[in-house]
Amino acid sequence: MNADRILAMGLRAGAALAGLLMALIFVFMLKESALSLREIGVWRFASDAGWHPTADAGAGRFNLLPMLIGTLLTTVGAIVIAAPLGLLSALFCRFYAPPVLGSLYRRLIELLAGVPSVIYGFWGLVVLVPLIGAWQPPGASLLAGMLILAVMILPTVALFADAALGAVPADHLRAAAALGLTRGAIITGVLLPAARPGIGTGLLLAVGRAAGETMAVLMVCGNVVQIPAQLTEPVRTLTANIALEMAYALGDHRGALYVTGLLLLLLVTLLVGASARLQRAHG
Amino acid sequence: MKLAWRRRHVDGGRKYPLTRYQQYLRGPLFMAALLVLSGCGQGEPTAGKLLIAGSSTVAPLVAEIAARFEAEHPGTEIDVQAGGSSRGIADVRRGLIDIGAASRALGPGEAGLTEHAIARDGIALIVHRSNPVTTLEAAQVRAIYTGRTDDWGTLGLPAGPITVVNKADGRATLTLFLAHFDLDAPDVVPDVVVGHNMQGIQSVAGNPGAIGYVSIGAGEQEAARGQPIRLLPMNGISADSDSLRDGRYPLSRPLNLITPGEPTGLARRFIDYAQSPAVHDLVRQLHFVPAERP
Repeated sequence: MNADRILAMGLRAGAALAGLLMALIFVFMLKESALSLREIGVWRFASDAGWHPTADAGAGRFNLLPMLIGTLLTTVGAIVIAAPLGLLSALFCRFYAPPVLGSLYRRLIELLAGVPSVIYGFWGLVVLVPLIGAWQPPGASLLAGMLILAVMILPTVALFADAALGAVPADHLRAAAALGLTRGAIITGVLLPAARPGIGTGLLLAVGRAAGETMAVLMVCGNVVQIPAQLTEPVRTLTANIALEMAYALGDHRGALYVTGLLLLLLVTLLVGASARLQRAHG
Repeated sequence: MKLAWRRRHVDGGRKYPLTRYQQYLRGPLFMAALLVLSGCGQGEPTAGKLLIAGSSTVAPLVAEIAARFEAEHPGTEIDVQAGGSSRGIADVRRGLIDIGAASRALGPGEAGLTEHAIARDGIALIVHRSNPVTTLEAAQVRAIYTGRTDDWGTLGLPAGPITVVNKADGRATLTLFLAHFDLDAPDVVPDVVVGHNMQGIQSVAGNPGAIGYVSIGAGEQEAARGQPIRLLPMNGISADSDSLRDGRYPLSRPLNLITPGEPTGLARRFIDYAQSPAVHDLVRQLHFVPAERP
């Protein structure tokens, strides 16, 4: 047995471990929610009148649809705000900013990426929510959630875009410049198409982070189970539902929260799958 | 040094290929075991160790008492976890923990357990300090919480939308509040749903039109620390530890430790200690009222 084979074996074990963990998590969630899915029935999780899981036996209501929509809306809103901002800030940092300012700006974005989510949540609760509340009470709302999430995922988008733009071969740039293209035309015609896979990866990670974020949205979204009619109405996300109630849940209620987790896991799986397809189609 | 170690490792591998595989597998197996264990919980309680879990209102008090008890009885170890009264009661019944903590009395479906009151607490309505409201009738509270009244103006106060702050499902505070005002959970129309007391207080402190309800202990403590909130009187009786002490406050509740039957050994000693005058200063410090010994 030589060193190569030992290395290969180690790598295989590492990969197997990563895969095994993921599979174990899936199996665990399925096992825990199986009883509820059987006894309550899949359909009732989308058709019950509201979410009142603690009522006496048989009278519980378990509609998860408003929370699924809450997660989708906050995530989509956050990415719609963060994607252009992140891309623009990466372009600024790499092509328009003076070098000193550019590297300072990059450090700042990196710092933003390292701030724990509970800090964002706390800031949102004591600053952002009262600010929105002064305009449109109650303040804790879909809008607050979108804004907080946008700030949180902005660094992911910006740093990935920045790295992707930096990885475009210098030959491309020289060739484009030799053709007499303006800086704007080089960016839109050469750089962005060449950097698209890297930017796409950043967006994908950002979407995953936004959909899975718990603490910050729990603190600023209001957590009312409803399908919001306006940006300033409160929502509850799937993650917030689990975090709010898991420690207090028993019986059917507990099972329904595992179903919530399973739903979230499926949603993220779908998102990853969809964006992988999208990237292949454009790649 | 490092090179020598690697060579020995590689040589050894030829002799015992299985052992190395086992080494690689040990990691994942260990992780899997951890996952499974974390799903179902607790280990065997040892002689000098107590596991207490339950109400997030009671947990801070029990944690303080436990710290003092540990200091006075070296060798003992008392773990306190917060997770809701019903969960604490269910866990103690299933034998997962030694003592449960509950911020309410035992219900009819919970016979066979023994409760030991360590303090009294109440639930008070809170509003922003700038809100001029002085008192609310029960009917007005019902109207506000069911969404029939959504503006302070209809109550004869300066106009402004009412933000209703409610507790998330599974909290004893929610259950007691709803029962007191004769409300059904599905009828409540909240604007904000919060988890623990602190989040509720923060939501009211940041919104002049908000109304919520919290444990009197937590509310008094935070108001004393300068949070801009005010505790409203209930049926004309002020919400503070004084009216809790003389038993006049209507929406009060015992803070209980729960055991399966009569406790013995360390659990007995801890409960006796938690009910003794030696911890009354801790009870008062958290703005609760010491329980009368039966």
